[in-house]
Amino acid sequence: MIADPFATIGTLLREFLVGLGLQAAQANALVNFLGAGALATAVLLLTFFLIWVERKVLARLQDRLGPNRVGPFGLLQTIADAVKLLTKEVIVPVGADKLIYYIAPPLTVMSVVGLWAVIPLAPNLVGTDINVGVIYLISIGAIGTLAIMLAGWSSNNKYALLGAFRSVAMLISYEVPMVLALLVPTMLAGSMGTVAIVEGQREMWFVVLAPLAAFLFFTSSMAEAGKAPFDLLEAESEIVAGYNIEYSSMAFGMFFVGEFLHGFTLAALTVTLFFGGWLGPGVDQYAWLGLFYFGLKTAIVYFVVIWIRGTLPRLRIDQVNAVNWKFLVPLALAVVVLTAVVDKLAAGQGWDRTWALLLANGLVFLCVLTGVQLYARSVRRRIEIGARSTSAIGAP
Amino acid sequence: MSDQWLFIAFILPLALFMAGMPIGMSRMLGPRKSNPMKDAAYECGVQFKVQYYIFALVFVVFDVEAVFLFPWAVAYDRLQLFAVLEGVLFIAILAAGLVYAWRKGNLEWV
Repeated sequence: MIADPFATIGTLLREFLVGLGLQAAQANALVNFLGAGALATAVLLLTFFLIWVERKVLARLQDRLGPNRVGPFGLLQTIADAVKLLTKEVIVPVGADKLIYYIAPPLTVMSVVGLWAVIPLAPNLVGTDINVGVIYLISIGAIGTLAIMLAGWSSNNKYALLGAFRSVAMLISYEVPMVLALLVPTMLAGSMGTVAIVEGQREMWFVVLAPLAAFLFFTSSMAEAGKAPFDLLEAESEIVAGYNIEYSSMAFGMFFVGEFLHGFTLAALTVTLFFGGWLGPGVDQYAWLGLFYFGLKTAIVYFVVIWIRGTLPRLRIDQVNAVNWKFLVPLALAVVVLTAVVDKLAAGQGWDRTWALLLANGLVFLCVLTGVQLYARSVRRRIEIGARSTSAIGAP
Repeated sequence: MSDQWLFIAFILPLALFMAGMPIGMSRMLGPRKSNPMKDAAYECGVQFKVQYYIFALVFVVFDVEAVFLFPWAVAYDRLQLFAVLEGVLFIAILAAGLVYAWRKGNLEWV
């Protein structure tokens, strides 16, 4: 019981239900239903706290206090905001496609909550351990993109549609390096199941074996979640408000629930796939420690997400796409090839796997750094030459 | 097998419902005073070109490619070096496609 409370509770619940006279299959379905309800509720309630954390940390990064009026340390600020949103009118613009208009915001939230179904929280504590976990992550994540397109399309508004087009162009572009980076943990663990991927990191976290893949995944996930510097989804200064311009009240709020939760979910995914998930000292004796380690690591990665958001300015849309297609995608292809060949060679030649992969990643990193440096130098020179020639012409 | 998917079959509709509920609540709690001006879409006469579909096409190529690569990645442990190099060749062909799109100027934002 003390060692592994989650498995014990599951077994007890199942036995209790069977004891009530239910069939084993019915009991199983009921346990699954209760588990799904508990997980979805927990994740959605967590959002209240996450929004507060994000606002508070962001405020400290910008030398402000942040929310501090409602409740202790402003903890109840999000609840106050939710109540305010609830009592506002839901406006549906003329000519809007009503069904799609209403389904888009919950779909955003669903795509994020759905991701939690395959994230292992602790040993024996995972929504479901499907053998195609990684592909599930990609496909459910893509529903969020679909929801943005639906929202922009159904609003019957040029700005919303324009905002949706460019958001979707960015989101699907960044899905390519993300999917390619996901190949690396799949390859190293030899399985697409998230539990198997966590178990595969017992010897060494994948962030050590494949630091570049971790970087690629983290960066493209940031873009997928619409976190700064990739927050083109609602670039207020450029496209009024983007795809959600016609939304009001809680329908508007749900997009932001989805977005804030996505930021935390991307941290959880990065931890699961590259930072060893719930692995940590003593986790085999006491399973509940896994939840603690998982939470700790996720909190740290989440802090980095907010930190980046508070530090970097927004990129321009052409820069965002250029960075993706001309930098991240070629790098991702190179990383997949590199990991595949080096790992196989290391196994064949009897080299130490960790050192071989780390060295190969380091070499590629140096090459990339040199390449970027040379490119930046050439751009600078071009600008300098341009400035000189125009000033020569302009001189009397 | 189907047991594993049961959880997903439950959590997705549940999440949709839980997220839809607040919207329904605010429809009930919020005021409902519509007038033609309020319901009009926010806009002014702006013209724009839509050239995003090129990105969508390049994306489809790479996403389908990734689907083909996943089985290769799962079976990676059991593959010989030769089979791994075949996968690498597949990626190289795709990289050539990326270079082609790049040279064609399809990756420029217009």
